[in-house]
Amino acid sequence: MGQDKAGQLPKNNAALQWLKNNFQYIPPAFITLILLVGQFTFGILDSYVNLVAAICTAMIAEAILARTILGTWRNLSSAYITGISVGILIRSNVVWPYVVTALLSILAKYVLRYKGRHLWNPSNFGVSWMLFLSSMSVAGLSIQWGSNFAAMCAIWVLGLLIVHRAKRLHVTIAYVVSYIVLAYLRGMITGDAFLAELSPLTGPMYQLFIFFMITDPRTTVSTKKGRIIVAILVAFVEFVLRLYHYIYAPFFSLFLVGPVAMFIDLTIHGRKSHIQLSGDKTASQDSRSGLQVSA
Amino acid sequence: MRRKAAQIVAVIIFVGLLAMTYISSQNKPRTFGGDLAAPQKQTALKKYGVFLEPVNEAANITFVHTSPEVDPKLNHIKMQIASMGASVSICDFDNDGWNDIYFTNSGPGSKNALYRNLHNGKFEDVAPEMGLADVNIKGTGASMGAVWGDFDNDGFKDLLLYKWGKPELYKNIGGKKFMQITAGSGLPQWVNSNCAIWFDFNNDGLLDIFIGGYYSETLHLDSLTTTKMMPESFRYANNGGRNYLLENMGNGRFRDITLQAGLTSTKWTLAAAAADFNGDGYPELYLANDYNVDEFYINEGGKKFEEQGGPAGIGHIPKSGMNASFGDINNSGNPGIYTTNITEKGILIQGNNYWDPKAKDAGENPSFVNLAGISGIENAGWSYGAQFGDLNNDGFMDLYVANGFISAKKNTSYWYDYSKVTSGNSSIIGDARNWPDMEGKSQSGYEQDKIWLNDSDGLFEDVSGLICPPATYDGRAVAMADLWNRGVLDVIVANQNSQPLVYKNESDGTYHWIGFDLIGTISNADAVGARIEVKWDGKKQAQIVTDGIGFSSQNQHRLHFGLGESRHVDSVIIYWPSGRVDRIANPQIDKLHIVKETKRGN
Repeated sequence: MGQDKAGQLPKNNAALQWLKNNFQYIPPAFITLILLVGQFTFGILDSYVNLVAAICTAMIAEAILARTILGTWRNLSSAYITGISVGILIRSNVVWPYVVTALLSILAKYVLRYKGRHLWNPSNFGVSWMLFLSSMSVAGLSIQWGSNFAAMCAIWVLGLLIVHRAKRLHVTIAYVVSYIVLAYLRGMITGDAFLAELSPLTGPMYQLFIFFMITDPRTTVSTKKGRIIVAILVAFVEFVLRLYHYIYAPFFSLFLVGPVAMFIDLTIHGRKSHIQLSGDKTASQDSRSGLQVSA
Repeated sequence: MRRKAAQIVAVIIFVGLLAMTYISSQNKPRTFGGDLAAPQKQTALKKYGVFLEPVNEAANITFVHTSPEVDPKLNHIKMQIASMGASVSICDFDNDGWNDIYFTNSGPGSKNALYRNLHNGKFEDVAPEMGLADVNIKGTGASMGAVWGDFDNDGFKDLLLYKWGKPELYKNIGGKKFMQITAGSGLPQWVNSNCAIWFDFNNDGLLDIFIGGYYSETLHLDSLTTTKMMPESFRYANNGGRNYLLENMGNGRFRDITLQAGLTSTKWTLAAAAADFNGDGYPELYLANDYNVDEFYINEGGKKFEEQGGPAGIGHIPKSGMNASFGDINNSGNPGIYTTNITEKGILIQGNNYWDPKAKDAGENPSFVNLAGISGIENAGWSYGAQFGDLNNDGFMDLYVANGFISAKKNTSYWYDYSKVTSGNSSIIGDARNWPDMEGKSQSGYEQDKIWLNDSDGLFEDVSGLICPPATYDGRAVAMADLWNRGVLDVIVANQNSQPLVYKNESDGTYHWIGFDLIGTISNADAVGARIEVKWDGKKQAQIVTDGIGFSSQNQHRLHFGLGESRHVDSVIIYWPSGRVDRIANPQIDKLHIVKETKRGN
């Protein structure tokens, strides 16, 4: 017994160390878990073909663009998350929007750059563009997914643990707290029930938004204070957009605020300083090891 | 240098994709809105061979639907809750050989209307004298629909009225009057129902009843004790009303065998349709459900039902099922099932389904593939009722889909508020108190009904607003019937909180047709479940006799086949529910054939 315990400890330590060294695989694993739980409990996907099309498009595009433009092979976990996010967040009866949205998302990383960094969270760019067009073929994940309270709690707990590990918990908390406060204020303005204003936060669209989009290390600013301010600003712009009845307000808000914040941050600090000044081991690791947790 | 070139290519592709997606979003197909210029009748006749002329006034049809009353606790979303109840069912109730029309009303104290066909182009409302008008008395519930069926096989069709309330059964006394026989009939005390059909599930020659539940039967929507009555989820709700399968015992009594038969679902059922899909002689049951997947019940020898929606391919994607109707769109001899859902551009693209049965050996359970997309009949709007019928008699079944949810204040939309609350947890969406005030806003309102003409073999052309004047009522139930015995299908649309539309089919008359009215002798007298297969000119089309089909609607009892230019029918085969098979050799065309089931040994 004692031998067993003694024998397990090094194994546990080794497992923890392995997790630390391979943290870049945790977010893809988490988003896959969300997808699998959603699919096998509720059947959230209308078609596996659409999801596979989005993932494959994103990963192939990333591989080709990284090789031809940057001259390097890149870890494809970021592209995988982009593809899976597009596959979940976009709804269409045909395949092409999944392919186009994934392709636009990845292309945005390589085309819309400033001081060597991309400005938009990839899937936020692609999804926002497609939803903004309000076409006959594309809708968003706004009124889908089940309403199981336990599953929602489990996803929130796991998500919070992961953003904590990614050192972006403050971003999530700043946004969520701001959202709740502003939802209360919005309820006072519109006369709608506070729970109605809070309702979207309990849905799956926000779970992806909170844990994968606004916390993306690649498209968040370099200082903790700055990131908190940006998260609050995203919530505020969303608040305004919601008053104007934009269904996809969170995406559009991040689409507007995120790149402006990045632009200012890069202008003030520069790319090198952006990494050095971050004072954030995770952000430093981003540039060195290619840690990819973006959606 | 190569990297620079790659960068330039990436920029070109990126900009190209942005431009392409932008341009494609601007090139919208025909909109759902009614912004079309009035079509020219002669142009429509020349191009499509059909024009639908609204003739309410000329036909003396003055009925106007009023919405049901709801508890004041629901006033803030009253328009959404009280958004159903306009129904239409066709029946020759007095057996004079001319189709009559029954419309339901829903407001407290409002009157239903039974329009008797006067054979001269006009109708007369005889509901008061027949005892079928004053049926929305406060406390008894609001009419949601009605289906005609000869449950006692006396040759006259009786009436089942379903409500958000107490369902009622009326016996037809020789086409002269109706007698309410609900008491002691075994009908449930209260059902919040939006669909019911007559069908003989056990082939005993007596029509049984299926009633689908929408809101829970524990609720009285005009006097609620709780506001926790909304669906628990937009896609996975199981807190709707229970269903009822009522077996006809043959003495004016019905026995509730729902649970024994395995129909235990409490999804939010809005439409039901029954037909034999596996060739064993017993009708399967298709249920279109709101807020969840549709269900497909295999009939196991008339003893019980087993839900096989998943294996059949129809039970995977939850939508907003609101209609179930049959149509053989590709003249394969195997009618498929058309179900309607919601399409609102940029917000919710569910699309309607056409479930085409895959060829299987007799006795095998069927499976289906959705052909709505490639057939061009997928996106209609916020759709309710739909019916197939050959509107121009060219030999291919066309499709009429009623559209539009709530037409209130123009240029307003409740969609934002709706999506806000429906994206949330069940504890939020399930309580009406949490739903934002509609404040008179429209939601998918002012939509033009869709009319699709079948070009040939299952490919459809959108002629909405081209073969009839633009109309943007909130369409609910659709029925097709030859109202004036002219050999064409007229269209009747019941609109919520408004007048119905009675369209007279102004066909150019160049094509031929053949019709059949079946009378069962061993089978139930209405021959519900019988299937007619007509072969002509290398084509084969099958249709099924139903007593209730679509959304809150019932077509004429007779079956109508367009024949195009063909002057000859090769064969007609009638498969009766009893198992009898009758063949008609060289039937005369351009004629309605009244066919009695031959008895054994004949």
